[in-house]
Amino acid sequence: MHKSILTVVGKDQVGIIAKVCSYLADSNVNILDISQTIVDGFFNMMMIVDTNKAAKEFSLLSSELEELGGRIGCIVKLQREEIFESMQRI
Amino acid sequence: MINLNEVVETNMMIEKENLDVRTITLGISLLDCMSESVDTLCRKIYDKIAYTARDLVRTGNEIERDYAIKVVNKRISVTPIGIVGASSCRSAEDYVRVAQTLDRVAGEVGVNFIGGFSALPVKGMSEAERLLIMSIPEALRSTGRVCSSVALGSTKIGINMDAVALMGSIIRRSAELTADQDSIACSKLVVFCNAPDDNPFMAGAFHGVTETDAVINVGVSGPGVIKHAVETVKDGDFGVLAETIKRTAFKITRLGQLVAQEASRRMGIPFGIVDLSLAPTPAIGDSISDIIEAMGIESTGAPGTTAALALLNDQVKKGGIMASSYVGGLSGAFIPVSEDQGMIDAVNRGSLSIEKLEAMTCICSVGLDMIAIPGSTPSSTISGIIADEMAIGMVNQKTTAVRVIPVIGKDVGDTAHFGGLLGYAPIMPVSRFSSERFISRGGRIPAPVHSFRN
Repeated sequence: MHKSILTVVGKDQVGIIAKVCSYLADSNVNILDISQTIVDGFFNMMMIVDTNKAAKEFSLLSSELEELGGRIGCIVKLQREEIFESMQRI
Repeated sequence: MINLNEVVETNMMIEKENLDVRTITLGISLLDCMSESVDTLCRKIYDKIAYTARDLVRTGNEIERDYAIKVVNKRISVTPIGIVGASSCRSAEDYVRVAQTLDRVAGEVGVNFIGGFSALPVKGMSEAERLLIMSIPEALRSTGRVCSSVALGSTKIGINMDAVALMGSIIRRSAELTADQDSIACSKLVVFCNAPDDNPFMAGAFHGVTETDAVINVGVSGPGVIKHAVETVKDGDFGVLAETIKRTAFKITRLGQLVAQEASRRMGIPFGIVDLSLAPTPAIGDSISDIIEAMGIESTGAPGTTAALALLNDQVKKGGIMASSYVGGLSGAFIPVSEDQGMIDAVNRGSLSIEKLEAMTCICSVGLDMIAIPGSTPSSTISGIIADEMAIGMVNQKTTAVRVIPVIGKDVGDTAHFGGLLGYAPIMPVSRFSSERFISRGGRIPAPVHSFRN
């Protein structure tokens, strides 16, 4: 499985999760885990997703999610999981 | 499994604290390009680099995309041209042609710098190396991407003072030829003691003869991340401070290790080393000076600065060495003046002098770096500065370097502008007393004794 981390940071509002999730469903990306918190008054969400069976290339997913973020006033980022694994684990 | 706090921490480092991968440098051996004619040599060099580096920029960009981390520079280092050109170059002009070939192919593959227009006259200078050195001013004037370095000494061998004397005048000549651009050629020219074979950072990168055909070396950055970590332990003692820096350096270096392995895997070129150096940029907050000041020094250069830098440098190495399977290159904290806004401010405030910077180079990588000096500085004084720095490296078994820019037509109180990552620098005063008689002696300084170390 190729796990990736999706983060959404921005001002809290109705429908953020819904919009991100429906995009993922449309792109055949499976969500493995969701967590969220508020840091410094900002909505912070992280999803662990499986992009293995995705209908699109990773780079396209990542740029479309970035655009989606622009439309809902959030910064949406898709990153391969290894960067966090290597920096945060021995 | 990775949790939200860890993800937020990593992304804060990237977004707010300027964490990036400073360079993926592809080292390419040009030994198999040696030839009897300059035409053939240039053609072979062009072909070999264009082929070997064809995927470098694309791979760097893909890694950027996959991890959402900036890979600021993609660069190339090659076998010292003083060796590669020895059998074909009969004049300085021949070497200039090789430099122009390097410049063209660097543009073709899309890298911003190519290092290795270099000579290694550490003990004696061959005729080929002398010709290369003589060609440096014109080579740097007529190219934009080529970087040049000359190794002048080592702990095992001593210092080639003839070469030191020559380099003083070569640096001046390079400055004069680019007087209309604040003598920018000198920002692409560095001299070394104990030069490493696997340094990924410019201007001193070259692909040593001990290396394989091609290799990926990576340099990470992250002064901003360390500074932020230091600020979180404002009241901690030195034990706490050291531990905090070490932990942070570990994380930064792991990023370098990941990127190096990925680049190596994707390009099918072996991974060489990660260089642990903290490399500042002119961006606000991305400064070594700011870290020193965050530790409690009012302005960099004040008493305590050298100790602060020693602690920083050592903890970065301790954290970094555990994080990477192979560490190499320069690996320390860079203290360039023009590329570090905090250093520039310290110079302008009057707290930081060239003499204090020299003391700082005793314990950090690399040396007197990107320091603008008056254009009227005699070449023997530049050679004197070089000799001092080489001596520090030789005796302390460390790499030291000099990259000074005598800015023609400018004096103390003026500012030199180099643009981009090279930044700008206030002209710093140098001693007005002469080194002429010392430098003109000629010969070598013998290697130091390796016991009785005090």
